[in-house]
Amino acid sequence: MNSRNRITILLLQAAPYLLFLAILLVFGSLSDRFLSLANFTNIVIQAAPVAILAIGMTFVLLTAEIDLSVGAVMYLTGCILGLYLGGVPWPIGLMVVLVASALLGAVNGALVAYLGITSFIATLGTLFIGRGIAMSVSNTASVYFPEAITSLNRATVFGIPSAIVAVAVVFVIAWVLLQQTPFGRQVYAVGQDRDAATKAGLPARRIVFFCFVISGALAGMAGFVSSTQIGAITASYGLQAEFSAIAAAVLGGTSLFGGRGGVKGALFGALLIQTAANGLVIINANPYIYPLVTAGIIFIAVAVDGLRSHMLERLERRFIRPWEIA
Amino acid sequence: MKTNQRADQPLLSVEGITKSFFGVRVLHGVSFELWPGEALGLVGENGSGKSTSMNILGGVHQPDGGRMSLAGQLYAPQSPREAGRAGIAFIHQELNLFPNLSIEENLFITDFPKRGGVPFIDRGWVRKRARELLAEVDLDLPPTRLVGNLAQGERQLVEIAKALHADAKVLILDEPTTSLTRREVERLFAIVNRLKSRGVGIIFISHALEDVMHVCERVTVLRDGAVVGTDLRERLNVPAIISMMVGRSIDAIFPERSTKPREEVALRVRGLTQRGVANDVSFDIRAGEVVGLSGLMGSGRSELARLIFGLDPIESGTIEVAGTRLMRPTPKASMAAGLAFLTEDRRNEGLLMDASIVDNIGLTFLKRFRVGPGFVGGKALNTTAGELARMVHLSTDRVQDTLAKHLSGGNQQKVVIAKWLLRRPKVFILDEPTRGIDVGAKQEVYRIINRLVEEGGAVFLISSEIEEVMGLSDRILTINKGEITGSFERSGFDREAILAAAMAPVGPKREATA
Repeated sequence: MNSRNRITILLLQAAPYLLFLAILLVFGSLSDRFLSLANFTNIVIQAAPVAILAIGMTFVLLTAEIDLSVGAVMYLTGCILGLYLGGVPWPIGLMVVLVASALLGAVNGALVAYLGITSFIATLGTLFIGRGIAMSVSNTASVYFPEAITSLNRATVFGIPSAIVAVAVVFVIAWVLLQQTPFGRQVYAVGQDRDAATKAGLPARRIVFFCFVISGALAGMAGFVSSTQIGAITASYGLQAEFSAIAAAVLGGTSLFGGRGGVKGALFGALLIQTAANGLVIINANPYIYPLVTAGIIFIAVAVDGLRSHMLERLERRFIRPWEIA
Repeated sequence: MKTNQRADQPLLSVEGITKSFFGVRVLHGVSFELWPGEALGLVGENGSGKSTSMNILGGVHQPDGGRMSLAGQLYAPQSPREAGRAGIAFIHQELNLFPNLSIEENLFITDFPKRGGVPFIDRGWVRKRARELLAEVDLDLPPTRLVGNLAQGERQLVEIAKALHADAKVLILDEPTTSLTRREVERLFAIVNRLKSRGVGIIFISHALEDVMHVCERVTVLRDGAVVGTDLRERLNVPAIISMMVGRSIDAIFPERSTKPREEVALRVRGLTQRGVANDVSFDIRAGEVVGLSGLMGSGRSELARLIFGLDPIESGTIEVAGTRLMRPTPKASMAAGLAFLTEDRRNEGLLMDASIVDNIGLTFLKRFRVGPGFVGGKALNTTAGELARMVHLSTDRVQDTLAKHLSGGNQQKVVIAKWLLRRPKVFILDEPTRGIDVGAKQEVYRIINRLVEEGGAVFLISSEIEEVMGLSDRILTINKGEITGSFERSGFDREAILAAAMAPVGPKREATA
């Protein structure tokens, strides 16, 4: 029974990879353009904003919380950048965006970690407040970005497109933070069992707080990368971005129940979602089925996560007659 | 070596510790000493004060009176952290490990060594120190292995390794052997002996008296929140310890019952088996009879009830309710056949806190109040709920607008009982029906039980309070490790014999050592 459960868990963990393979096979057989290096580079560039969001979201999900405000943070900091920072050099613009978005994340973190408000509700609140402020400062009109920012989209570093460089930098920092620092390992402990972590003497609240700060800052970063790509934003900018980010993280193996997963998965999940979207465009699919496909992918991700957590819980069960089980 | 030094003062001394919770005194001056390099067994019945004493020692609670000293210094920990820093490591029955992290990460989670001035974990040092610590507890596993992939006994050794890293002087082990296999137990004993030889003092809390006698030099027996006696292992044996543990005066008064059990069998259980949970459990309960189930913590009492009621799957065995066999026991089928089950956890399983008394009572049996397709007749429901509320002596008769959460614990329990009585159950399984309720409410629960059996119902009573089981039951079964270990008729009730049966060793004596 034990080993059967473990095999099922392995299969569940492999499900997103099988899904990715299936997407490659299906679209590859429907179009010759799909499986080309140029198209794949394109997919990675397009996936960059969601990948960065998903990496930030991973921190929050690891602590068994959720951040619904990331799309609003993208929109609000995008408005700040386009409306007030048009004349400054882009590195200063980026710094301001990062600080502003980290502060918004800190608001979420304070509400959740120190005031004890359920993260779903707290971040839903900041979502509407953030969007509200952004719409009022922009008068819901389109906000255009100056050439100094949009030209970054065409910039390369050693021949690598800037969006990919941005994702790579974010990914490496996030990975090191989670895997190689005490803070990162403690994030996992807090997400697994907050009571046990507190009992062991870990500063659980502070850890949760900083995960929201990171998620906020990376939402700003994702917004910046996205701004360079699209040149102008409207009131619908960033809508439902939180769902893509959560779906990407969960598809990559990060659990909604906390304590399991990592940023590698977030990267994979973002690529998977973008690959599916790209394939639909290439085969000229009816645009109205896009949400259905995305919803299907999210559904699979969440179902797999739920099943896996349930199985793990069963494996952790203790028995009165242990010698009969081993 | 340390063993050569003759210790001239105890490592730990506890003098006259008292503690009350909500005005009820649970510790009446507990005193004992622990010497370096010795293992002290701490035994007592459920509720004798073992856990409270150890929680005070471990800094979880603070005592009301008395004093403790550790290695000659006054010791008064205000938190588990402080206790840990002072050198007391408390290994709870529920281990405090993170299954999603590796062994080495669990060992150092609170104080990762950093590399030089940079904030990165010094993985090399962590690995080396983890190997050393694992070697000390004889655990031959890579430090990178996830704790979630370890067996229970291995996890316990990781906790001990963690205590060694913290340089613990006193190691408290709470029921360390209950969820271990025999081989793991032997390994644990070897480690305990090694720690003793290094001068660590061990407090070994256990219901497994054989294990206590095997590993401890001295044994302290607690009863009713006070120490009954402490003696050397050589001067004790298991029956002597058991007779020290019992002998509590029965303070509760149990109402008389006017009827005798009838002939017909209300619940017949035969060969009930589920791997890891229960083994070949067979018994009958007759109509009008109360059968008590007595067992220690972790003996599988509640789990057996869950199996019978169909909450957990069974591998083999049969269950008959009033002559009708339950083919595939599910809660729905059990309820239809006339079984009722009052769980031990009324807050989570038995009651909707934000619903009214009426809604709580009617919820599981709305069918009875159906007035049309999909509609429930409010009037009939209110009347019946009112009657039931009076029958169980609920403190309020405003059954429609009183929410469950506004009732006292005792009255909440009565609502749950009323809910089940509505179905007129043939067999009522009561799991800890009086836990956490006051003496008056207990008396009323006892009266309800009597009334139920006088009307021909059968009751399966599970309780960790042995007086309660003895006071109410016509017959008592004892359970240990998911097996029935004894059966006593009312005329032959004897506390010592019942406790001895509940502690009877169960399971393979020794597994084949590969």
